[in-house]
Amino acid sequence: MKIIIPIKRVLDPYTQARVNKQTQLVDLTNAKMAMNPFCEIAVEEALKIKESGAASETIAVSIGTEKTIDTLRTALAMGVDRAIFVNTESDLDLQPLHLGKILANIVKREDAQLIIMGKQAVDNDNNQTGQILSGLLDYSLGTFISKFQLSDDGKSAEVCREIDSGIETRQLNLPAIVTVDLRLNEPRYASLPNIMKARSKPLETIEISSLGIDISPRVKVISVEESGTKDRASKQVQSAEELFSELNQLGVL
Amino acid sequence: MSVLILIELNGSEVSSNSRAAITAATQLSDTIDALVLTDDSTNAASVASLDSINTVKVIADSQLEHVSVGVASKLVAEAMAGYKYLLSGSSTYSKNILPRVGALLDIQPISDVCEIKSNNTFVRPLYAGNIMATVESSDDTILMTVRATAFEHSGDGGSAAIEELSLPIPEQKSNFISIQESQSERPELTTADRIVSGGRGLGSKENFALIEKLADKLDAAVGASRAAVDAGFISNDYQVGQTGKVVAPKLYLAVGISGAIQHLAGMKDSQVIVVINNDPDAPMARMADLVWETDLFGALKELNDHSL
Repeated sequence: MKIIIPIKRVLDPYTQARVNKQTQLVDLTNAKMAMNPFCEIAVEEALKIKESGAASETIAVSIGTEKTIDTLRTALAMGVDRAIFVNTESDLDLQPLHLGKILANIVKREDAQLIIMGKQAVDNDNNQTGQILSGLLDYSLGTFISKFQLSDDGKSAEVCREIDSGIETRQLNLPAIVTVDLRLNEPRYASLPNIMKARSKPLETIEISSLGIDISPRVKVISVEESGTKDRASKQVQSAEELFSELNQLGVL
Repeated sequence: MSVLILIELNGSEVSSNSRAAITAATQLSDTIDALVLTDDSTNAASVASLDSINTVKVIADSQLEHVSVGVASKLVAEAMAGYKYLLSGSSTYSKNILPRVGALLDIQPISDVCEIKSNNTFVRPLYAGNIMATVESSDDTILMTVRATAFEHSGDGGSAAIEELSLPIPEQKSNFISIQESQSERPELTTADRIVSGGRGLGSKENFALIEKLADKLDAAVGASRAAVDAGFISNDYQVGQTGKVVAPKLYLAVGISGAIQHLAGMKDSQVIVVINNDPDAPMARMADLVWETDLFGALKELNDHSL
């Protein structure tokens, strides 16, 4: 069984996003970039399944400009077997529907039975690509998972989903797509020897134009602005009595 | 130009995020219908009494209790025929289904709409709400989820017609096993007027009980930072922030939370923010209306002992 892990390169989540007033886009020039944190969790889960002997191969896929290769190398250094790089040449405004179509093409070509991916990327916060991919392929889907257990015969998986009302447990028939939530696992760090080894692991490049997918934007970003967090005029209090009295005056108790 | 709203039910009750979607829909059209997928058609009654709804379309089948997203999205896609918009309140329910409907109808959905500027232009958050983007859709049909904290929650008082749709239920590829519902006597996090939230500063699961005690005293919901969740003090459904729940209560009381960007994004619209922390330079403190710079355990004891 092959596992595909789609991953995304994003602005480092511990960095403040800033708007470039001229381009009206988020300024990523010279910004510190990283693998989307949810994608790291997806990579870790795929590696665990491979290590348990239930998977034959793990394949990381990423879509973007050449810099995206850095992120694929990180996945290889964590232990993924090989990588597929879909080259967009320039910075395209690819949306989840486009990404779903590109990934569906690769999933079919590789005949992967399991796709593990982040529930959302922390740049655009869409929370859509896994769901869209499952719809395009008509595969079963488990979103927001915090637990994954493959059945002994390898034909299904039991997953726990973190939903608003609690935790839902479902059985998914394979082929399946799962999108991962925070508490699924603790991603490993790549060791130095593995970073060296990753350089010689196979990395295939696919030109996006060769896929014949319409990538014209459906939803256009017209403008962006920093909403940020506005500082407030903080008033100091020194005791519970003072705090409760202030809150009573503000009418919020 | 009519709108269909995918309603989320909690038992027979309409969820508050669905009520926010109705308010958003009134800004787009005068013709608003509701769609309900349920195992029991009597649940449609609570939807029919909502304000502003013309017709409630009900797909009722015993198989629809805990139905798979694959089946749900096919039914919604079919029921969508003839509508210009499909709206749903942002929740794990709608975020699961709507994008898959988009895949079936070749539409790029729009997540977490906070403002409606025109019939195809919307404002939505990027980067955990640090950036607000104005986006324009060129799709003929528009699918979107709307933030429940950004729109008023529509009330009751209507008397909509109820129409049962009899659609064949497709075969499921995923089976429901169980649900472990969060047991809480406290108000729900996303709709609470008051929230007491704890962070890594609490130090342990045992200490986190002090937060719960204070929440009970104030009739507040309990929240947590991602750091507190990661440390195992409390489960993920209490997480406030970009990767958890977005809240905007009247009172947000943060204890031992330093204020990571992703947490601030989830609570910055709170009316009154109180911070109890021993670090006056923490980002959280700059957001506060009231700051109590002190040892948080001493403060929690004093707050729990003091009468309101």
